[in-house]
Amino acid sequence: MADNASRTTAPLDERAPTVIADGVDIVYRVNGTGGGRGSATAALNRILRRKQAEKAAGTRLVHAVRGVSFVAYKGEAIGLIGSNGSGKSTLLKAVAGLLPVENGRIYTDGQPSLLGVNAALMSDLTGERNVHLGGLAMGMTREQIKERYQQIVDFSGINDKGDFISLPMRTYSSGMGSRLRFSIAAAKDHDVLLIDEALATGDALFRRRSADRIREMRAHAGTVFLVSHSNSTIRETCERVLWLERGELKMDGPTEEVMEAYETFTGDKKTKKKPAPKPAAAAPKPAAAAPKPEPTAAV
Amino acid sequence: MPRDDLAALAARHGLSVSGARPSLPQYIRRLWARRHFITAFATAKLTSQYSGAKLGQLWQVMTPLLNAAVYYFIFGVLLQTKKGVPDYIPFLVTGVFVWTFTQSSIMSGTRAISGNIGLVRALHFPRAALPISYCLQQLQQLLFSMAALLVILFVMGVPPALSWVLVIPALTLQFVFNAGVSMILARAGAKTPDIAQLMPFVLRTWMYASGVMWSIDTLLSKHAEWPSWVVDVLRANPAAVYIDLMRFALIDSFQASQLPPHVWAVATGWALLAGVGGFIYFWKAEETYGRG
Repeated sequence: MADNASRTTAPLDERAPTVIADGVDIVYRVNGTGGGRGSATAALNRILRRKQAEKAAGTRLVHAVRGVSFVAYKGEAIGLIGSNGSGKSTLLKAVAGLLPVENGRIYTDGQPSLLGVNAALMSDLTGERNVHLGGLAMGMTREQIKERYQQIVDFSGINDKGDFISLPMRTYSSGMGSRLRFSIAAAKDHDVLLIDEALATGDALFRRRSADRIREMRAHAGTVFLVSHSNSTIRETCERVLWLERGELKMDGPTEEVMEAYETFTGDKKTKKKPAPKPAAAAPKPAAAAPKPEPTAAV
Repeated sequence: MPRDDLAALAARHGLSVSGARPSLPQYIRRLWARRHFITAFATAKLTSQYSGAKLGQLWQVMTPLLNAAVYYFIFGVLLQTKKGVPDYIPFLVTGVFVWTFTQSSIMSGTRAISGNIGLVRALHFPRAALPISYCLQQLQQLLFSMAALLVILFVMGVPPALSWVLVIPALTLQFVFNAGVSMILARAGAKTPDIAQLMPFVLRTWMYASGVMWSIDTLLSKHAEWPSWVVDVLRANPAAVYIDLMRFALIDSFQASQLPPHVWAVATGWALLAGVGGFIYFWKAEETYGRG
């Protein structure tokens, strides 16, 4: 790679790219659809003639992302928008190297990581053991986990109302569970950070804390990608937006420009006039946020 | 920007292809770095298995004991397989436990990728960690069973002997073998989930051919007229080899003469063949797991 660099000399002022997507196609294969749905012969067909008869055997190809190209640079926070099923999350997973691409290439600087650890946790285990398990699954060392354990628990606020961390996670309310999951996921520092929406859940106080934490992680990470359906979150966090529609990149540009076009498209134009409200200020439960002075989200 | 420019831009800044398969040595290093995850995942799976039951972790020991009791009733009492086999209960229980280790390792290995697709799509780690972790879980389960087995041996009056130490190399070889086969099936099961439906039948057939409830040795001495290749196949069967090694290690009346020739060489050979072959086979498709 070093030899290449000498031949094609880079302009000195060229910004450093962190993620390059080059004509990316992503295809899902779904079994058990179409003609012989679930019948014995179709199943036999699938085993015996996988390659030749994918269609005949009822395997359907779902083209989730088609021909997407973009370059992301260091220090950028990029929003991904589009209607449901437009391929945002899929693209994010491919950038993380978790979903194989069908055509094209994705180049990355270092290992991008998806903010999310839900799949590694087990509801039958105590919160404490899940913190360890989740940390290990994300690639933290035992020492790092030990070091940050208390911070994770404090940040999640699980123990605010008693010793809940030593109970199995299945006994948690859904809010408590998602708070702990976010706290575990947010405990690690990342080079390229990919955030899928709906992570920052919980009550108003916790939402504010997690928004702070995301900002903090942005400062450390080289590049941040954020998938969200909340236009105000995108406006607050990102300076550049990629708009995906039916798997194709419809627009790529500065936030305001793309958002305006997107809102015209979705018929959301009117709400745009209001300046984006602070998420915590808009929350209906001021009582929950009031008693404590702004907690420092130092995780 | 045209395609060539993007590739050149990536090359200029030393970006690497996302989701590309790492080289084999790199893969082994990364897997080693995740060893604590592998053990933690295995232990977590094991403890969460019975956490809903009232008796809790007691089932770790109860399940294999009940299994052995059922097999004793059918094969020892009803079918009288125990004729000509001294110490039949330890013989049977050892066979059942050792076989169960291989069987459940392979079964859970088959679903290791397809059953954890959420995990595979959310986090980055060498995927071989999953089948290996499942085999480790089964090894832990077996150690519980072995504790029960030692109690049975003691009750049946089998004296402790120095040969019990041989359990360690025998189990190590069997673990490597199991992990290798699991990785082969994990890859197959990730591509074709239907394999998981098929495996129980394959495994049951394999079990009946492996001398779990009966003695291969006794059978062969009764059928001297069988062609020699049948004898060779029956005796080289890896499951039978590992079962017999364990019986030889634990049961006093199970003599070295009942073992197939070159038994340790065969056991090591199977372990290396399956372990190394399975690992490389699994690694070859590393970048494709998560699709589908």
